Amino acid sequence: MSEDLKCIHCGNSCGKSPVIFEGNPFCCSGCSTVYQILHASQLKQYYQIEPMAGIKIDEMQLPASETYSFLDLDQFKSKILNFSEGGISKVSFFIPEIHCASCIWLLENLHSLNKGIIQSFVNFPKKEINITFNENEISLRQLVDLLVSIHYIPEINQHSIDKKSADQSDKKLFIKIGIAAFSFMNAMIYHFPQYLPGHEFLEADMKKLFGWLSVLLAIPVLTYSASDYFLTAYKSLKKKMISIDLPIALGLITLFTQSLVEILSGKGIGYIDSLTGLVFFMLIGRWYQGKTYQALSFERDYKTYFPLAVTKITDSGNVTIPLEDLKSGDQILVRNQEIVPADSILKSATASIDYSFVTGESMPVTKKAGDFVFAGGRQIGNAIELTIEKEVQQSYLTQLWNQVENPLTAENKLNTIVNRVSQYFTVVIVLIAIGSGLFWYFNKPELALFAFTSVLIIACPCALALTVPFTFGSTMRQYGRKGFYLKNTAVIEHLYKVDTVVFDKTGTITNAQSTDIRFVGKELTSEQLLIIKSLAFHSSHPLSKTIFNSIEADEILEVKDFQEIPSLGISGLLNGIRINMGSRYFVTGEMSTEENLKTEVWIYFKDAVAGHFQLENEYRPGLRDLIRKLQKTHELHLLTGDNDAEKANLIQFFGNDKSLHFNQSPTDKLNYIRKLQQEGRKVLMIGDGLNDAGALNESNVGIVIADNVFNFSPACDAILQSKQFGQLDKFIQFTHRSMTIVKAGFLISFLYNVVGLSFAVQGNLTPIVAAILMPISSVSVVAFASFSIHLSAKGYRF
Amino acid sequence: MSVVFVLVFAAIIMAGAFLIAFIWSVKNGQYEDTYTPSVRMLFEDPEVKIEEETEKGKMETDKP
Repeated sequence: MSEDLKCIHCGNSCGKSPVIFEGNPFCCSGCSTVYQILHASQLKQYYQIEPMAGIKIDEMQLPASETYSFLDLDQFKSKILNFSEGGISKVSFFIPEIHCASCIWLLENLHSLNKGIIQSFVNFPKKEINITFNENEISLRQLVDLLVSIHYIPEINQHSIDKKSADQSDKKLFIKIGIAAFSFMNAMIYHFPQYLPGHEFLEADMKKLFGWLSVLLAIPVLTYSASDYFLTAYKSLKKKMISIDLPIALGLITLFTQSLVEILSGKGIGYIDSLTGLVFFMLIGRWYQGKTYQALSFERDYKTYFPLAVTKITDSGNVTIPLEDLKSGDQILVRNQEIVPADSILKSATASIDYSFVTGESMPVTKKAGDFVFAGGRQIGNAIELTIEKEVQQSYLTQLWNQVENPLTAENKLNTIVNRVSQYFTVVIVLIAIGSGLFWYFNKPELALFAFTSVLIIACPCALALTVPFTFGSTMRQYGRKGFYLKNTAVIEHLYKVDTVVFDKTGTITNAQSTDIRFVGKELTSEQLLIIKSLAFHSSHPLSKTIFNSIEADEILEVKDFQEIPSLGISGLLNGIRINMGSRYFVTGEMSTEENLKTEVWIYFKDAVAGHFQLENEYRPGLRDLIRKLQKTHELHLLTGDNDAEKANLIQFFGNDKSLHFNQSPTDKLNYIRKLQQEGRKVLMIGDGLNDAGALNESNVGIVIADNVFNFSPACDAILQSKQFGQLDKFIQFTHRSMTIVKAGFLISFLYNVVGLSFAVQGNLTPIVAAILMPISSVSVVAFASFSIHLSAKGYRF
Repeated sequence: MSVVFVLVFAAIIMAGAFLIAFIWSVKNGQYEDTYTPSVRMLFEDPEVKIEEETEKGKMETDKP
C-alpha cells in the first residue's frame, strides 16, 4: 500500500493499515462509519463539493451515548428549543466544526438522514445551524445524536442558552443608518437648487416646501438615528466628563435650530443636508468599527465550559440533575469525554483526567481512588464515580473566576486618545464661539448670534470622530486576516500602551500538539522499537499515539494477549516476548517519587525494566526570536504552574531567571498581574487555559493562544492563532503604526476645522460652504485612514 | 412649475417605499448572514430531485 494514501473522508494519511470500505480508503473506522451513513442516505455529494472535507474524530473522543440523555428532560428541552408547538420545534446549535461548502450542503440536507427533520439552515459566519423538526418523529436527543454520528458535534452549554437575545443591536444600527441615508439623500436634492446660480429665481412656495420637507426629514434623524450621541453626551456630562459625543451633540442641535430659524423666517432652507450627512457618516463609522467575529466568543466563563446537567447516582438508580442542583456529598457519574463539574474525590479505582483546557498540558493525569479531583478536567476512558466535595460555585476554578471584577473599563474609556483630544477640543471650540460672538456683538450685533452658531456648526467633530473607527477598524480587519482576532477596536489602543508582557508556559510558549520524546535507559534496538510501536498501535491513549508516531518502522507486528488496564498501561505478547508499557507504578511497582514532573512512559521488556520515555512539550517555533525582539521594547515575565525543572531551558530563552516564576497557582498569577499594575505597568498577559483566566481578565490586554480559534478559550481581549505566535511582536509593533495614522487623521481634521472656522468667525458660513466642507472632511479622513492602514499592512508582512 | 410639486411628492413616496422595504429586510433578518446564501446557490441538484431519482431507481444516470 502506498505511503500517501489519503482518507477520502478527512484527507488525513491512512498510515499503513487503512480501513477499506467499497474500495475507498479511510484512516479510521470513525471516518468510514460517517461515510457509510452518508452513503446509505444518498448524500455522497458531500465528498464532491469539497473533497476530503470530513471531520475526523477518534472514537475515543466521541461523547458517550448517555451524555445527551438530559435532553430528554423537559426542563432542559424547553430552555434549548427556540420554539415548540404542536410537535413542531425549532432549535439552533453552535457547531464549531462547520468549515466549508460541503458542511453547509450536508447540514442543509439533514432531512435526507431523518424524515423527522423538516428544514435546516446553516449560518456559516456564525457557525450555527437552525433546525425545524417534528418531535413526534425525532426527539431533541436523537437529533443531537444524529449530528454527533456524522461528527458535527453541537456545543450545548449555559452559553448557548443565554445567548439568544443578544443580536438586536446590529439590526437597530442598520435601521438607523437606513433612515439617515434616506433623509440625507432627499435633503441633498432639496438643497441642491440653492447652490446653483440663479437660485434667487426659485419660487417662494417651492423654497418653503423644500424647507419644510427638510425639517420633516431631519426629525427622525435627530430623534432616532442620532439618539445615541445625545444620550452619551448627557451621561458623560452628568459624570462631569467631556467625551467626543458632547461637541457632536452640540453641533447637531445648533445645526437644527439654526436651520429651523432660517426656514421659519423664510431666509433660506438651512443646513439640513449637512446635518443628515453628518449623522449618516458617523453611523457608518460606528458600523465599521463594530464589526465583530461572529463565530468567536471572547466572553466565555466557566459556565460555558461546564455541562448543563450531571448524572447523579442515587439508591434508586441514576438520575440527571441540572448542574445548579448539585450538592456537596452527591455521588456523580462522569463518562468518557465529560467534564468534572466540581471539586470532588475519586471513588472509582482510577481515572485519567485531561486538564488541557485548564493548564494547557495535553497529557492526561492519572488519579487513583481517594484522590482529589479539581473541577474542569475531562475524563478519558471509562466512566468514573466521584463524590462532590464542593459545590460548583465554591470550586477552586469558579471562585477564581468570581473574584475578578473588571476594574479597567470605566477608567479606560475616559483615557482613550479620542476623549483626551476632545476634552481640549470642546473647550477651545466653545471659547472661540463665545469670542467671535462677543466680537461681533460689539461691532455688528446682528451677526453675533450667527457667528456663534456657525462656529459650533462647522466645528462639529465629525472627521475627528471618524478617524479612530476607520483606522482601528481597518487595523482589526488586517489582524483578522492574519489570524489575530480582537474582541473590539479598543484593544488596539490598550495593546499600544502595553509595556510588560507576561507569558504562561504550558500550552502558550510550548506547543501542546507536538511533543519532544526522549528515551532514558539503555538504547533500544530497532527490533525493540518495532515491538514498542506495534504494541502502542493497539491503544488509543494519547501517550501511546505519541509514541507510535515517534517511531519509524515499516510494519506492524501481530500482538497476542493484548490487555489495556485503564489509567495504568498496556501489555501484550509480541514475537513471544512479553512487554508492559505504562505508568511507573504499573511497570516497576514503585510510586513516582516527585509529583507533576515530566510525563513518563515506562517500558518492561521481556524480564526487566528497559527504561522510560520522557515526553516534553516542545517550545513553539519562533519563540526565541519573539522573545529577543520583545525584550528590546517590553519587560518580559513568565508565570507557570509547573515546577522549575525547565528552568535551565527557559533561562536560555529569557536570558535570566529574575522574571521566571514557578509553581504559580491561578490565584498567584492573578495577584502577580495586580502587583505589576500597582507598580504602574500596563500588562499584556498571554495564556491559553482556564487557569490563566483570572490573569487574562485582570491584565490590560489578555491574549489567548489557540490551535483552533473556534474551540473553547477563556474570556479574553484577543485570540491569536497558534501558528502566528512568532508574529506577535509585529502585531504589537503595528499598533504604533495605527496610532501614528490616528494622529495624522486628527491633524487633517484640525486643518479642515481651521478652514471652516475662518469662515465661521467672519460670519460667512453659508449653507453651501457647510455642505461642501463637512462631507469632504469626513470622506477624506475616512479614505486616508483606511488606505494608509492598508498600505502599511502590506509593507509590514506579518 | 407646479408639476415639480407632484414630482417631489412622487419621489419621496418612492424613496419612502424603498426605506420601508429596507427596514423590513433588516427586521426579517436578511443581513444576519451575508455569506451562506452565496454558497447555497451553487449547490447543484436540489435534494428533491435526488429523492425522485432514487425512487425511480435512476441514480446511476446521475453524474459520475
